[in-house]
Amino acid sequence: MSEAIRNTIVAIIVEAGRLPVAAETLTDDADLYQAGLTSFASVQLMLAIEDRFGVEFPDRYLNRRSFASIASIRAVVSELLTEREAA
Amino acid sequence: MDAQVALIDQLFDAGLLIETGVDGLYGRSGQFEDVISRFDALITSFGREDKAEVIRFPPGMNRAHFEKSGYLKSFPQLAGTVHCFCGDDGAHADLLQCLGEGKDWSAKQEMSDVVLTPAACYPLYPMAAKRGALPEHGRLFDLMSYCFRHEPSRDPARMQMFRMREYVRMGTQAEVLAFRETWLQRGRELISMLELPFEVDVANDPFFGRAGRMMKNSQRDQGLKFELLVPVNSTVSPTACLSFNYHQDHFGQTWGLKTAAGEVAHTACVGFGMERVALALFRHHGVDVQAWPRSLRRVLWG
Repeated sequence: MSEAIRNTIVAIIVEAGRLPVAAETLTDDADLYQAGLTSFASVQLMLAIEDRFGVEFPDRYLNRRSFASIASIRAVVSELLTEREAA
Repeated sequence: MDAQVALIDQLFDAGLLIETGVDGLYGRSGQFEDVISRFDALITSFGREDKAEVIRFPPGMNRAHFEKSGYLKSFPQLAGTVHCFCGDDGAHADLLQCLGEGKDWSAKQEMSDVVLTPAACYPLYPMAAKRGALPEHGRLFDLMSYCFRHEPSRDPARMQMFRMREYVRMGTQAEVLAFRETWLQRGRELISMLELPFEVDVANDPFFGRAGRMMKNSQRDQGLKFELLVPVNSTVSPTACLSFNYHQDHFGQTWGLKTAAGEVAHTACVGFGMERVALALFRHHGVDVQAWPRSLRRVLWG
């Protein structure tokens, strides 16, 4: 499950992140902003993730930290999916 | 809210602002304009040694430049586009008939090539990029323009059409950050000379929607925007009278603006809300400029 989430996230970063490097080569903890993620692209990334996973980022996650790395995005998405299951 | 209505009514009663029937769209009296022009001269006295290139654009900009600027991504709710009648005689008759009947007469209005300038520096970046790479040590511009933002309000400090004076710096990251630091200091000195209470705080632009929420947080997290705030309508939410903005390489990337070394240029600007500062002066020192403190009068009128 978790690995599937990771792969989906990486696929979305490839499409929406507009990084100058290949997202597939990034480690989970690599800093996406260092890798070239712009503020505008991070917004596109958020919208694409919401769309793909059917979740909505609450205000507390609408910040740079949420999109700082594959790991941080996965943590937020996992939490939102768990919340959705429980609801 | 009451305080806001009271202030605007005071300004109308004193004849400093003149009602037009549209919130945020006002005439200015000679006295109001005199204060604006004295403040304008004071800004110039602070910036003179930097030898900025002075440019004055009209309050409308090239729509193609506006579209490319990304403004609609961030602030679609504030933009004002100019539409004009582009019909024939029959369409003209239809227009007049609709007008007479109080119906929507905009059917034959088409978007023109002009967009109302949203911030004084928007027309500048494409012009600067067209000149080619920046010279050694970059460039510095001095701008002022009427600007438009669609946000009708009874708060006199939130006008729909207002003047913004700006200094805009283009260069390396270090150069533009040093410029912003200099103006953060000068801005404090300048407003102190006007004997106004103020604070400087980190801020964000009014980005639209949920995506905008993220842009706001991101802008704050990175300390890209600071505002010098003066209580005008309320002490709870003071008014931004000056802003100090670091755009990173946003405009450099958008317009292909390069430094002398061939890197993508960074930009920063300091913006002065001309009407807001005038309003702050009238709010704190009274509507009668003759009764302002002598020290302040000397700063403005010499």
